[in-house]
Amino acid sequence: MEKDKNFILGVYDDEDVLLHAVSEVRASGVKIHEVFTPYPVHGLEDVLGYKRSRLPIAAFLFGMLGTTLALTMQLYMMRFDWPMIIGGKDHAAIPDFIPVTFELTVLLAAFGMVGVFMVSSNLKPWAQPRIFDLRSTDDKHIMAIDIANNTSMEVAKIQEILKSSGATEVNNKSFE
Amino acid sequence: MAHDVQHYNLDQKFDFTAATKKSIFTVLIIGAALLVIGIVMAMFGGHHEEAAEAGGHAFHWYERLYANLWINNVYFTGIAIIGVFFFAIQYAAQAGWSAPISRVMLAFGNWLPFAGILMIVTFFVANHDLFHWTHAYLFDKNSPEYDKIIDGKGAFFYWPMAKGTFPAFYILRMVLFFGFWVFFFNKFKKISAAEDQLGGTSHWFKMRSWSAYFIIFFAVSSSISAWDWVMSIDTHWFSTLFGWYVFSSWFVSGLSAITLMVIFLKGRGYLEMINENHVHDLGKFVFGFTIFWTYLWFSQFLLIYYANIPEESVYFIERLSSDVYGPFIFVNLGMNFFLPFLILMTRDAKRNGIFLKLVCTLIIAGHWVDFFLMVQPGTLGHNGGIGFMEIGMFLIYGSSVTLVVLGGLAKGNLIPKNHPMLEESYHHHI
Repeated sequence: MEKDKNFILGVYDDEDVLLHAVSEVRASGVKIHEVFTPYPVHGLEDVLGYKRSRLPIAAFLFGMLGTTLALTMQLYMMRFDWPMIIGGKDHAAIPDFIPVTFELTVLLAAFGMVGVFMVSSNLKPWAQPRIFDLRSTDDKHIMAIDIANNTSMEVAKIQEILKSSGATEVNNKSFE
Repeated sequence: MAHDVQHYNLDQKFDFTAATKKSIFTVLIIGAALLVIGIVMAMFGGHHEEAAEAGGHAFHWYERLYANLWINNVYFTGIAIIGVFFFAIQYAAQAGWSAPISRVMLAFGNWLPFAGILMIVTFFVANHDLFHWTHAYLFDKNSPEYDKIIDGKGAFFYWPMAKGTFPAFYILRMVLFFGFWVFFFNKFKKISAAEDQLGGTSHWFKMRSWSAYFIIFFAVSSSISAWDWVMSIDTHWFSTLFGWYVFSSWFVSGLSAITLMVIFLKGRGYLEMINENHVHDLGKFVFGFTIFWTYLWFSQFLLIYYANIPEESVYFIERLSSDVYGPFIFVNLGMNFFLPFLILMTRDAKRNGIFLKLVCTLIIAGHWVDFFLMVQPGTLGHNGGIGFMEIGMFLIYGSSVTLVVLGGLAKGNLIPKNHPMLEESYHHHI
């Protein structure tokens, strides 16, 4: 079966029920594709077993890039390309370079982080958002399970697990 | 899980055991021994060259002792008052996460009465040896030593007395600041103790009002005390940023001391409701305010360096071009910025007791170096440095403060058991 096409959706009313349901469903061996909630639910990423984001590493690397870029740029300009004496200082007056270095570090770290986040979350401007269930933007929590990821289990069995974990509805959803 | 009901022992008291006291006393005795070695070395060594010096007055070993007393007076006063200040911040900001550790912060204020007495006594004993502006001839127009700049600043020290007599305004400020700080500290302690007895939310609201008053008073007094106690050593020199610079140095070392104390208590089995989330928040404070200190340090330095006005840049020339102090400028930046910044950058480091212990110890030692660099060049010149006397005095003060703070902590309930936000703190999750 093709991946990322056919899903079973569990609809939950209450965040506490949802949190317990996620643990139960995972314990029964079903792999959860994603959970959609109208607002951030505390502790959800813990029960889903998500690994920590590596975004801070990207931010650090982009920050370092900014630092290097700023220092080399200013050194090249002020020392090599067009040396000028300002305030009787040395051409390579490092303390003078620090404010610009700081700003470029912050700028590149921020831009880099946003860029990496968009790429890794598939947030391209032309990306078509896939809506599993519109009510996840209102008052329902939606647990999506990719059928292709759970081939070892029958669909009816998965639906049964969802029902018994407290889902008020169990639906199917397919994308083109 | 977030909604389970927890039962913590809210009546726990810190037991200041004989073993703990003994180990602190050991440090105290080591410090005293080092101090004595340092004094003996200063008394019998290095005298001859100074005597031969033409012009300048001869250097005496006890000047270095006074300078050390002053460094530690100012530094540990700062740590003590920051404990009270951070406590007040929690109430003014209506913070809930910190409720169980608020008594730990407040306990640092126990040092304040001692600090005040030490400060005033040291001032009168050291007088000319620390503060150039205490010489009467500076204000005498007929004297060859008459100093127009210091004369212009004279009223700030001597008003309403005649310049060069008794520094009434200066002493008044010192007494006033310590008086009010101790008053606010006692007020907080009283309200907090009453809350333990009676419960309810009225004490919390009362505490919030008093915290706001204290913060307003502290905003003014912290700046002025920095000018009085530290900046006036280099009497000709001034920096408009100095009040905040000293405050930031105090703040980050106070935060480190609070964090260390919390980790220490946690290691002893107290404060069971404090988990890595609370420690993470303390770590973030320490991390953030090391950067804040660096920001102010550098802002002060950059403007002076860039403008290059002689009367301003003399402060850094005195330090950077000196064999004694030059290296410590970089030690200062390394210990207080680069190392904490790199070590505490990741999330795991802020949640891990070992990293925090390391960084907080580093910062407490590092900011002592910061104050060393503020006080010694102006008082001792090239006769200063870090030797046995400095390390000994730091250990003596550090262990005395620890004794007093832990002693104060042991007196009452460790946790404000009727704090209305305790429940919120249990579920703190970041």
